[in-house]
Amino acid sequence: MSSLNLTLKVWRQAGPNAAGSIETYQAKDIPTEASFLEMLDIVNERLITKGSEPIHFDHDCREGICGACSLTINGIPHGPEGGITTCQLHMRKFSNGDTIWIEPFRAKAFPVIKDLVVDRSAFDRIIESGGYISVRTGSAPDAHAILVPKEAADAAFEAAACIGCGACVAACKNASAMLFVSAKASHLNHLPQGQPEKHQRVLAMVKTMDNEGFGNCTNQYECEAVCPKEISADNIAKLNRDYALAKAHDALV
Amino acid sequence: MNLDSKIPAGPLDQKWTKHKMDSKLINPANKKKFNIIVVGSGLAGGSAAATLSELGYKVKCFCYQDSPRRAHSIAAQGGINAAKNYQNDGDSVHRLFYDTIKGGDFRSREGNVHRLAEVSLNIIDQCVAQGVPFAREYGGLLDNRSFGGAQVKRTFYARGQTGQQLLIGCYQALAKEIHAGGVQMFPRTEMLDLVVADGHAKGIIVRDLVTGEITAHAADAVILATGGYGNAFYLSTNAMGCNVMAAFRAHKRGALFANPCYTQIHPTCIPVSGDYQSKLTLMSESLRNDGRIWVPKSQETAEKIRKGQLRARDVGEEDRDYYLERKYPSFGNLCPRDIASRSAKEVCDDGLGVAPTGKGVFLDFEKAIADQGEQAISAKYGNLFQMYEKISGDNPYQTPMQIYPAVHYTMGGLWVDYDLMSNVPGLHVLGEANFSDHGANRLGASALMQGLADGYFVIPATIANYLATQKPGAVTTSHPEFKRCLGEVNDRVNSLLQIRGKRSVDSFHRELGLQLWDNCGMSRTPESLNAALQRIPKIRDEFWANVNVTGTGGELNMELEKAGRVADFLEFGELLCHDALQRAESCGGHFRADHQFTEDDPEVKDGRTQPGEAKRHDDEFSYVSAWEYTGVGKAPTLHKEQLVFEDVTPSIRSYK
Repeated sequence: MSSLNLTLKVWRQAGPNAAGSIETYQAKDIPTEASFLEMLDIVNERLITKGSEPIHFDHDCREGICGACSLTINGIPHGPEGGITTCQLHMRKFSNGDTIWIEPFRAKAFPVIKDLVVDRSAFDRIIESGGYISVRTGSAPDAHAILVPKEAADAAFEAAACIGCGACVAACKNASAMLFVSAKASHLNHLPQGQPEKHQRVLAMVKTMDNEGFGNCTNQYECEAVCPKEISADNIAKLNRDYALAKAHDALV
Repeated sequence: MNLDSKIPAGPLDQKWTKHKMDSKLINPANKKKFNIIVVGSGLAGGSAAATLSELGYKVKCFCYQDSPRRAHSIAAQGGINAAKNYQNDGDSVHRLFYDTIKGGDFRSREGNVHRLAEVSLNIIDQCVAQGVPFAREYGGLLDNRSFGGAQVKRTFYARGQTGQQLLIGCYQALAKEIHAGGVQMFPRTEMLDLVVADGHAKGIIVRDLVTGEITAHAADAVILATGGYGNAFYLSTNAMGCNVMAAFRAHKRGALFANPCYTQIHPTCIPVSGDYQSKLTLMSESLRNDGRIWVPKSQETAEKIRKGQLRARDVGEEDRDYYLERKYPSFGNLCPRDIASRSAKEVCDDGLGVAPTGKGVFLDFEKAIADQGEQAISAKYGNLFQMYEKISGDNPYQTPMQIYPAVHYTMGGLWVDYDLMSNVPGLHVLGEANFSDHGANRLGASALMQGLADGYFVIPATIANYLATQKPGAVTTSHPEFKRCLGEVNDRVNSLLQIRGKRSVDSFHRELGLQLWDNCGMSRTPESLNAALQRIPKIRDEFWANVNVTGTGGELNMELEKAGRVADFLEFGELLCHDALQRAESCGGHFRADHQFTEDDPEVKDGRTQPGEAKRHDDEFSYVSAWEYTGVGKAPTLHKEQLVFEDVTPSIRSYK
């Protein structure tokens, strides 16, 4: 097993209202088999042994599905690999002597809590405003009473694969949340079960998105490029269509 | 202590229906006067919080994650079982019940398991109505697959991310209720203690993980849905934050902890590669449908592979040992999880392991690709192969995967009765955090089923049996017990911060995990368990003298969070070993090397089972072990709940 000696440039910020800065750390003898977050674990273990405060970052499942990890690595959310989350990035993708810049997911709507940890609760508020189907427990018909064409089920699944990490927002120069919102809306709007509340859902989610301080979409496709689940920007086009329909419906009815 | 499971009388298939009829009701005008605390927002907690709010109760839901959508239920890959018999292949509620009881090695309650099988039908209906995008056939019907060795196709799935899709459905239901005002959500908030006032669970003490503020919350009932304790072993397939604190705090406040020794080791995980390793990644069990597990026949060949001098593909067929196919001809690579895990350990202990550390076996798709073509295999497992390649750097289309068992799921948990209430009145426990439905071993695709059964359908029906006996709002945070608990929690946090020793929290966690893995892991003996019971108190003493928790209490401090969790694991580890030592038999996820079938046993001679199989002692151990806390470092007190089998006859498990 080989190892790497790296220079890390890490964003440190003591709290939500403190001024942050980039600090430099030498990360020596990092095994190439370690994941990126394990590399930070090693650095933190050494910081703690010296009595210094470790670098704070969000993480949980460490297998690419919970959406907690959220690092901008060398300027790219989730790093240079594409199609993976930060926790799935491994050190074998780096070279000895590399300097690695590590920053939080930056956006006005994602305020920094500490170091690399940001507050993404705006996403939850978007879902709360209408990102669901209103069905009470116990009121559902037999599952086979609703036939769903395979194409619709597959399209819904592709959109539903979004893990809500926020990389799309961090990558966008406008800090737009359109890929997230469109994926969440498309998931339900593709399905027959989602039709009754479709207009209302789209209008409510978009309104909340705007109120939370996310920017507008100007078709940069940066979101699609960094999405760890490779959610298609086609969802944004669908959301725009669904939004226009909902607005027209709203105006006429 | 009298442990009354409160299983309703009557025929097995009518118990649940009758119990619902006999259960108390609370009228709609009164429901809103009752406050319920739900800790945990995974499948069990999230579904309970949403459904109780729909019914009209006032719910406060807490989770340590930054969003309820990130609870670790999200990582379940394979699927969810339900006895729908949509495939017309002979499935039924009774068959799912029987498979689950048998899979649990006859160490669970008939009544609970039958209810689980009944409710499985409603879960699928509910999830589909919510918009969970399960896999479908071209006709628009739901698709099913066979999973974890089941003889019928009863598993519903959404590619390799069934857990995430079910959790999103559950989270959306929760979001709907948050919007409606019935649920108040507290993300990034961790429960640090349970408040038991006048003998009833009436609240919790929590820490706001962002500000560090420690506060008390009172309610008429408390529900814990806080998951399992697999991270006691340090390395597991659990998320980094999964912990036993909520359940263990409740245990210290009087709740009995049942069957902690039933720990499931999953056979198909990516092997450990070094000391820095933080977690183990599960590769879906579905891979065993087409992958063949093998090691070289000779130690010399294995040695060469470990050193990188020989490639797997260069080992001839005649030099390979497909040991599961050899030992279990009819089930082969699809034998149950515990058997597959233990067999892997045995061959590696014999020096035949192929990973650089010696702890790994091959999972090979060469034959499947030759038979079915690369495209067919890619359609089934493409995303899993991709995940494997990202982690290991190897391409499974060209070279076999390496796998090794890892701690995955814990069947033990807080003791609950049929209403899912613990022995502490008012304290209810759901999902992996309770002990109730899986016995000594859980079948694949049954964890999601149990979490959602408990949350959507069981607790909403049974909690009224407790609440109807209570006056709403009778206990508030001004009760002296709240003040006392707040004081104790603050003292504990402060003492952790004041140690300022030399070692990191993780270093202690790793040390404890290694003790448990080596001595209370896949194979246990009285000697190994006694060794662990000697060692763990020493690790705990050193922890409290020499841990370095940096930072302060009044801020986001992840070291402090970890320290509190590890401190509890250091006490819980002993309980785990005590239980494993007391249960002098092998069953399911608890294998005692001193209790296995040998060539001399009549059951082996007459072909009912084979040597090395787990040997149960039904005459002595057909009971639930429920442990009472007696103090730090003191032996816990055992209470027994006898298991009664009226419908099934416990049999010897054989997968030959």
